[in-house]
Amino acid sequence: MAQSVPAIPTDPDHLVEDIATDAEERVSVATQWQLMWWRFKQHRLGVFSGVVIVIFYLVVVFADLLAYVDPAQSEALRSLIAPQPIHWFDNGQFRPHVYALAGKRDPLTFKRVYEPDPERKIPITLFARGFEYKLLGMVPTDVHLIGLAGAPPEEGLYLLGTDLQGRDMWSRLMLGTRTSLTIGLLGVAISLFLGVLLGGLSGLYGGWVDTLIQRIIEITRSIPTIPLWMGLAAAVPNSWNVTQIYFSITIIISLIGWTELGRVVRGRFLSLREEDFVLAAELAGASQWRIIFRHMVPSFLSHIIAATTLALPAMIISETALSFLGLGLRPPAVSWGVLLQDAQNVQSLAISPWLLAAAIPVIIIILAFNFLGDGLRDAADPYGV
Amino acid sequence: MTSNPNSVHSNNSVNSVENAPLLEVRGLKMHFPIRRGFLQRTVGHVRAVDDVNFFIQPGETLALVGESGCGKTTTARCILRALDPTAGEVLFRTDDGRAVNLAAIPRKQLRPWRQHMQMIFQDPYASLNPRMTLADIVGEPLLVNGMRDRQARNDRVAELLRLVGLRPEYMQRYPHAFSGGQRQRIGVARALALNPSLVVADEAVSALDVSVQAQILNLLMELQERLGLTYLFVAHDLSVVKHISDRIAVMYVGKIVELAPTRRVFSVPKHPYTEALLSAVPIPNPRVHSQRILLEGDVADPSKPPPGCYFHPRCRYAVERCRIEPPPLVEVESGHYAACHRATELTLRGVMGRETGQN
Amino acid sequence: MEPILTVDNLKTYFFQSEGTVKAVDGASFEVYPGQTLGLVGESGCGKSITARSILRLVDKPGRIVDGSIQYYPANGGQALELTELPSDGATMREIRGKDIALIFQEPMTSFSAHYSVGNQIMEAIRIHDRGLSQQAARARAVDLLRKTGVPMAEQRLDMYSFQLSGGLRQRVMIAMALACTPRILIADEPTTALDVTTQAQILALLKDLQRSFGMAIILITHDMGVIAEMADEVAVMYLGRVVERGPVDQIFHAPRHPYTRALLRSIPSIDGEPRTKLPTIRGSIPHPYSRPQGCPFHPRCLERIAGVCDQHEPALARMADGQAVACFLHHREEIRQN
Repeated sequence: MAQSVPAIPTDPDHLVEDIATDAEERVSVATQWQLMWWRFKQHRLGVFSGVVIVIFYLVVVFADLLAYVDPAQSEALRSLIAPQPIHWFDNGQFRPHVYALAGKRDPLTFKRVYEPDPERKIPITLFARGFEYKLLGMVPTDVHLIGLAGAPPEEGLYLLGTDLQGRDMWSRLMLGTRTSLTIGLLGVAISLFLGVLLGGLSGLYGGWVDTLIQRIIEITRSIPTIPLWMGLAAAVPNSWNVTQIYFSITIIISLIGWTELGRVVRGRFLSLREEDFVLAAELAGASQWRIIFRHMVPSFLSHIIAATTLALPAMIISETALSFLGLGLRPPAVSWGVLLQDAQNVQSLAISPWLLAAAIPVIIIILAFNFLGDGLRDAADPYGV
Repeated sequence: MTSNPNSVHSNNSVNSVENAPLLEVRGLKMHFPIRRGFLQRTVGHVRAVDDVNFFIQPGETLALVGESGCGKTTTARCILRALDPTAGEVLFRTDDGRAVNLAAIPRKQLRPWRQHMQMIFQDPYASLNPRMTLADIVGEPLLVNGMRDRQARNDRVAELLRLVGLRPEYMQRYPHAFSGGQRQRIGVARALALNPSLVVADEAVSALDVSVQAQILNLLMELQERLGLTYLFVAHDLSVVKHISDRIAVMYVGKIVELAPTRRVFSVPKHPYTEALLSAVPIPNPRVHSQRILLEGDVADPSKPPPGCYFHPRCRYAVERCRIEPPPLVEVESGHYAACHRATELTLRGVMGRETGQN
Repeated sequence: MEPILTVDNLKTYFFQSEGTVKAVDGASFEVYPGQTLGLVGESGCGKSITARSILRLVDKPGRIVDGSIQYYPANGGQALELTELPSDGATMREIRGKDIALIFQEPMTSFSAHYSVGNQIMEAIRIHDRGLSQQAARARAVDLLRKTGVPMAEQRLDMYSFQLSGGLRQRVMIAMALACTPRILIADEPTTALDVTTQAQILALLKDLQRSFGMAIILITHDMGVIAEMADEVAVMYLGRVVERGPVDQIFHAPRHPYTRALLRSIPSIDGEPRTKLPTIRGSIPHPYSRPQGCPFHPRCLERIAGVCDQHEPALARMADGQAVACFLHHREEIRQN
């Protein structure tokens, strides 16, 4: 064989030579997070959703700044005002203002009707004074992003109208957003903790630990959600205050949520245990501890982040559904579910559809989290081809 | 098993007489339980490795060949204690001349022994953690064995990279920047980091392209000469094995059926399975048409092997005795072992010199 | 002899966001009835994509951008230009399976785990022969399994793919491909996942079947040993291009292209001396995104002509003896004209 092939000059030095361009060099030294980011950036919808989510969480942080009326303040004389148009120009000049409303009772239907008075223009200003609160939970202040010049905002500003008790919908929506989104975040955090802990134990130790945890997961998942929630929510004492109920509801919804994450973590551990690079580390003498935290955890961290993002909307929906059914948060707490509870009867919907306003952010945030999760999941494994 | 190949290693032509073997495997067994049903009852065992005996001299290359499922990889992993063998001894000779039975050491106390034997993997993609730089991958064995100083570690990594033909400047790169062949070089560098005396190469070139495969084979041979390494080379490709090994052990369904110096295995095989295996290798020369021995049927199931010789249902030389009595591995000629009742009476066809006369 | 299939200057590109991968970038060869064409090359040389292009099975973002694939039907009618047929049209579906069949490297993934293998073979038979009764189709399937050397064919018909060994699965796969007695069988690495002894069985089977059915085989592999044993004609591919083509004996004993020569020398041979160094090809196969300019092999070529090979791409030119080679060493006239 060797004799039949014509001789060619051989190259004794087979050092692997290649000249990398700058672009290739940049890729060569890129960490997994950089690679993921480059990949994620190509998922336009994911990036856009990420921006939307950031805006929502800015609302969470600055909810009281964005609200302009104390959301608990009710006034029967201002019940069910429709959303009020803003007039941007006054005689050709940019001067946003609203018309003052005069409420009176319709002599035929006995409904309260509100008539704008074009003669009484109330200018809208930025950084007006209103109810007192603590900015970021620390700085006591009474400054709000918007307000009215020369009138208390509760007497003239109704951006999204008012509810039956005359409470301002815009302000309530801001604070409801805070409650609903933090409950989701907190619920996911608890789920994540339980999921990673139990899933990790299950995947790492195997044997009877694995069997036990898997059976627990199966049993938990086989219980119908709504009756379970109803049972648990009924067990929450009526005497508890808002904060206590808030935390108990969080724990109730995360009890269901952890199972999915637990499965993901267990599956990752099981498949990673078989990876050659894990065996290589073991043969090099690396400790169990090092193998888990240097090799295994970084390998599935990105997947966990994606799975968490996809688990968040379920949490938010759970809270909204529970509260809507009257099983979750109860007034005086404000959340999207509590707000939607007011829109439960058909009559109020027909007359005052703005009570449904809370449904819009629910839809937007759920879609945004799903798109973001999709984008992250696609980018989570930048090494798979 | 009646024979003991270890008692006669002074006959081995490759190494000096006074050298004791670096590694000796005695009666190695690895049986995996088959579990069924809800209660996970054990209903049988897969005899992946079933009484394997061999030794490796310092500085030599022993190849373990066989087809998929023959237990060659399991044998290698038992030796490295990636698996805990069911039975048997893995005797490793230390620098001071003692033989330590690695199979009996508890997992937690293995670390000091691990650095003496390292592994090169088949898949250059799966065996390097994609989330670590070369410096971290190649430096990991150093770090976990006590070299805490990063600068010292990087110096050693640079030296290792140069040794395997990679530029040390690439140290901060991630594996995704490299081709399959280059990654395999990284794997070799990692295996050599702790100055092991035994390197187990598990199908180290079978995932590579032909043109790159030759580079890695040459590299392995070069490193062996320079560093005095001992190789256990696990492979299924006989052509590759021939280029690198001093002796070859052929495995079939968990047992070694033939063990001899490379040249002898290829020129005068003593086991019918080896003969069939050799004849099946396609020759890259259209003018040579080998007389194929086409084996009937499939490889025996290692969970319920046939009685007698495991190969007898497919063997064209099988006689009544082969169906009843399992043949032991015996020394047929000096340094040439075969597990076949008819090893001495049969004249089997090898491949050496087959081509000459035809061209 | 008249060819049954002619592929001329085929180009199949993949348009990805990271860049365009020229998976096939100028492949030309002919296939003759009853003969075996070996398509050989290393990973990324485009041999599998060439096969998929012939069957019009290239998935997005891949697209045939240039070249022609002429298929000459059995009735001696007009040659069909396969690149111009809609890939999902009736003609193309008719050709796939009935005229040109494909077998893959990994038989496991080519079968559905939800139907017995017999079910799947019978389905393949009845897609192209709708009038056939259930019983007749079953009889044909059993017959096919017997022809492909499956023992206990009747029982095996009712088994599922995961119950079969790798060798048997590949036999069943071949039986399925032969269901409609195709005129061309494309075998894409048919034995790569198999052990050598099983490989020997399958190769012998393919030869037997070719003899009795008279079909043409396009054998795609990276294994020069398999090529030497099976092929009549060989096309060597490198980075999407056919760099050399000719009768098998000439390719192995008088290779012209430096790549073919280097490749042949770097193969470890079972006839070689133990413990010898192998000649190597330096460097590695470039990443598909960074194809070198000029001749794709020039960065690894020891005989490259500076200023020529790194500037111009050599065309596949036919030599006097019927061998064709794409290398400036062998047609210097062309350089002067440039």
